[in-house]
Amino acid sequence: MAHDHHHDHHHDGHSHGHEELERPWQAVRTEAVESLLADLGIIDPARVDEIVRYYEEKVGPKTGARVVAKAWTDPEFKARLLANGLEACAELGIGGPETEYLHVVENTPEVHNVIVCTLCSCYPWTVLGLPPAWYKSSAYRSRMVREPRRLLAEMGLPLQDDVRIQVWDSVSEIRYLVLPERPAGTDGLTEEQLIEIVSRDSMIGVAKLPVQDQGSQS
Amino acid sequence: MNGIHDMGGLHGFGAVEVEADEPVFHARWEGRVYAMTQQLDTRGVYSLDEHRHEIELMGTPSYLLDGYYGRWLFAMERILDRKGILTRAEVDLRLSEIGADALAPTRPDREARHWPLAPEELTPWGAWRRDRDADIVPKFAVGDRVRVRNLHPEGHTRLTAYIRGKVGTVSIVNAQAWVLPDTRAHNRGENLQPVYNVDFPADEVWGPQAEPNVTVKVDLMEDYLEREV
Repeated sequence: MAHDHHHDHHHDGHSHGHEELERPWQAVRTEAVESLLADLGIIDPARVDEIVRYYEEKVGPKTGARVVAKAWTDPEFKARLLANGLEACAELGIGGPETEYLHVVENTPEVHNVIVCTLCSCYPWTVLGLPPAWYKSSAYRSRMVREPRRLLAEMGLPLQDDVRIQVWDSVSEIRYLVLPERPAGTDGLTEEQLIEIVSRDSMIGVAKLPVQDQGSQS
Repeated sequence: MNGIHDMGGLHGFGAVEVEADEPVFHARWEGRVYAMTQQLDTRGVYSLDEHRHEIELMGTPSYLLDGYYGRWLFAMERILDRKGILTRAEVDLRLSEIGADALAPTRPDREARHWPLAPEELTPWGAWRRDRDADIVPKFAVGDRVRVRNLHPEGHTRLTAYIRGKVGTVSIVNAQAWVLPDTRAHNRGENLQPVYNVDFPADEVWGPQAEPNVTVKVDLMEDYLEREV
């Protein structure tokens, strides 16, 4: 291979010399790299600020929830969404450079879909934001493809054996979003109210949405 | 390459720990690393595939201990060093100056590096070349039985180990022009081809330990598959 392997992994080499630093070594190392790349004009720290703010404040599971609520209330939109996820999302003004192609997969009483990436942590950033730590964990990545029933039950979602589980290992650049089942007790809710009940975990496929008590719906 | 990153099916990692009210970034540096990587990727300095392969080259203990964004930082530093854009020595010097609270750290010499990259050295962003979709003629159709090739390349691949040699059924044909990660990671071309989603019954993959009524659906490049006769 073209790569050179003569460098030791960096923190093996420097950690002993910097034990006096109070911050984690990665924080200091990141500061060193960023300040140098900024000095050289290779990255723009203001743009770094913007990207961080975008992921902290602008995009997250609420974006996906808008897509789900729309699909529940507009059958024609749902059909377009299942046919081409990103094109349908664009109708709602949702999009971005991070996701190139999106398949939306629908959960039903008979078929339960759940998403994982065993090779890294591929995730539909454009509609769900950045993934939670558990999605990136070794336990989730190793187990979901091998024992999804057991793992889903551990995570609070026991499924009967007659429910077929489809585990999507999203190791290509195609991304997946689960369209969860609309829970009972939501017939009277508006699209805006529906957005509020759609959880991130239901759109990954590790949770179902609970039956709503319309009387106490806030 | 066969490595710890290829986690599908491994035992021994225990329960999935779910953190309540988790922040997007757990520390400021994580967000900086994320956003710097995105800037370098979208500007063509290095591709997603180079990034992933560099992470695969981490030693197993570091891969498991450094955390998700720690892996990204590792990849960024190593790729920039290898390309002559920012050397490890420069980072180490700046690090020691930060540690010593130096008021005026050594300025990097703009001339003494491989920068800016020439246009032909830039990696076009993304993995879908939609302007080339018309060139794509898929070999397989929905319903075709396919066997995953038993390949163990030393370099980068997205062919996960747990399905090598297994037989499945094509469920989705993504008949667009997708970059082959195996070659782009090593700057050996894009080799545009379809991506298939292939259904594997759990017992084909996990044998007697499979759970009932489970289908594992894996996205696979055309080059990873052969027709099952």
